[in-house]
Amino acid sequence: MSEELQSLKAMPDEQGHFGPYGGRFVPETLFGPIEELCAAYERYRNDPEFIAELEYDLKQFVGRPSPLYFAERWSRKLGGARIYLKREDLNHTGAHKVNNTVGQALLAKRMGKTRIIAETGAGQHGVASATVAARMGLECVVYMGAEDIKRQAINVYRMRLLGATVVPVTSGSQTLKDALNEAMRDWVTHIDDTFYIIGTVAGPHPYPAMVRDFQTIVGREARAQCLEQEGRLPAAVIACVGGGSNAIGIFHPFLDDREVRLIGVEGGGDGVASGRHAAPLSAGRPGVLHGNRTYLMEDEDGQIMETHSISAGLDYPGVGPEHAWLKDMGRAEYTAITDTEALTAFHDLTRTEGIMPALESSHALAEAMKLAPTLSADQFIVVNLSGRGDKDIHTVAALEGISV
Amino acid sequence: MSRIATRFSALRSAGRKALIPFVTAGDPNPTITVPLMHAMVAAGADLIELGVPFSDPMADGPVIQRSAERALAQKVGLRQLLAMVAEFRHQDSETPVILMGYLNPIEAMGAATFAKAAAEAGVDGVLTVDLPPEEGGTMAEVCHAADLDQIFLIGPTTMDRRIQSICDHASGFVYYVSFKGVTGASHLDTADVASHVAQIRAHTTLPVGVGFGIKDGATAAAVAQFADAVVVGSAIVARIEALAATPERIPAEIGTFIGELRTAIDS
Repeated sequence: MSEELQSLKAMPDEQGHFGPYGGRFVPETLFGPIEELCAAYERYRNDPEFIAELEYDLKQFVGRPSPLYFAERWSRKLGGARIYLKREDLNHTGAHKVNNTVGQALLAKRMGKTRIIAETGAGQHGVASATVAARMGLECVVYMGAEDIKRQAINVYRMRLLGATVVPVTSGSQTLKDALNEAMRDWVTHIDDTFYIIGTVAGPHPYPAMVRDFQTIVGREARAQCLEQEGRLPAAVIACVGGGSNAIGIFHPFLDDREVRLIGVEGGGDGVASGRHAAPLSAGRPGVLHGNRTYLMEDEDGQIMETHSISAGLDYPGVGPEHAWLKDMGRAEYTAITDTEALTAFHDLTRTEGIMPALESSHALAEAMKLAPTLSADQFIVVNLSGRGDKDIHTVAALEGISV
Repeated sequence: MSRIATRFSALRSAGRKALIPFVTAGDPNPTITVPLMHAMVAAGADLIELGVPFSDPMADGPVIQRSAERALAQKVGLRQLLAMVAEFRHQDSETPVILMGYLNPIEAMGAATFAKAAAEAGVDGVLTVDLPPEEGGTMAEVCHAADLDQIFLIGPTTMDRRIQSICDHASGFVYYVSFKGVTGASHLDTADVASHVAQIRAHTTLPVGVGFGIKDGATAAAVAQFADAVVVGSAIVARIEALAATPERIPAEIGTFIGELRTAIDS
């Protein structure tokens, strides 16, 4: 079999399956809308005008390409491999999320939709959706768990400033998973004029593939920057995994570079052994939620469990189906970092490099702190710094007993 | 012939339409469900649809979501539900019982184990809301092996060629979802529903049930003009919610409401 036929990048199949994962597990009322979306995406993904407009927006509105920054002082301090940071925190709105919302909003416009909806946990995807909606003059409704609204007041206000309506979700655990359920219900009720921008690589096909495609700009840039700055590929690429969009975005262009280790880091909360965590790949089992088959945190009756992570962006009981497949294939490794370890990395990078990472990204950084010293100084690794930490300063301050 | 087919055949001979109430098993507590099922049958229900509580019911509106939350708070899951059906069967061997729920609790039990246990408990059909036929190979096999009917939804946005494919996979009856939205929303355009039901009949000889948005005798009677079965869910569950503090009143009061629906459908 030729190299090309064996490519791991060829997934999913036409029905959105990554091996046994993914698919379209949706109520019949959603089947029409996802088929319409699929057809539109297939039509535009290779359309030169669409691509040109997307590239323009990524450059002029988002500010791409983002740098691949050599964290020299931090690397020296840790010893071992040199650490590079892919600076998604420097994007407009402060995280990788906007790469996807820009893409989906362009698609929404071409499909003639006038209203966009989104779910959000920490608020980053909600802000990124409200931002593109404001720019394009689209109505925007963001569903957010009532618990998350309390935890993320600043992002709620940002969304409102951008003209979005933020709807508190009071069902279930009142967090991200429930916001996703509510957004699905809105979509099924308003399918004629509404486009649902899912923020991560989960949901029914085509979302996992489409969101990934919009996020692979991160990995394509990073791979080229490695070759340009170091003349070769890194020993490892590390990214945090909640739903998994920043991780798949940076992993995917490296999938066929088998010598590059791909390490996904889940929210370990109080520790995987404690049961209070958000690490379905580390400690869950396959099931079906939100339109796709993937690893889930569920109880023995198949009810979805509440998750625990210091980082709202990792606080999700499922994970993108492509990650489930990469785990089973052994192509990517998945591990978990506790809240405490992530906080240590947050402070360490902030003090050593003058870069304040998001708590989500701090999980990937904490894994780098473990890995780098085990490697030699002539090796280098890449960490996806998926977002900036400004949104988290209240969380960090509260843990230290400081009122900001 | 399955219990569902037998029941529809008898109704057709009698020139009557089926009334199918929906309740969530274990709402508001596990002891009320079986007496409630008997009360609904006594008041004129022809088939019973039992909701399987799930933590993330994405096709349901707030009324049915809250009923699932009440049941889950009482630790009612698929296992407890099957025990309720088995208990119901001690006194009623004729009224078909259909489970309506989501795939994950079934998979957590194991699809084959579930199908066998459900058939043994006396379940007749399964409607798995988030399992389209395209993804349902395993469920189709295990349901077929256990003689369980598989009921599928058809919606207003379902294209003609998909209607055919769904009907090819369906048994028992097919269930038309009467509008774009979740359970419990309130608008119902009966002329539009009638034309969709006619469209479905061009693809299948199975009975066609209509649900979502039927909230009283008038809407039930209107739908019964052209459908073989009328499914009433949120209107019942909302009444159960209102009586949650006095659960002992639920069987009688829901029975009265079923009686009103029955009279309206038959008139």
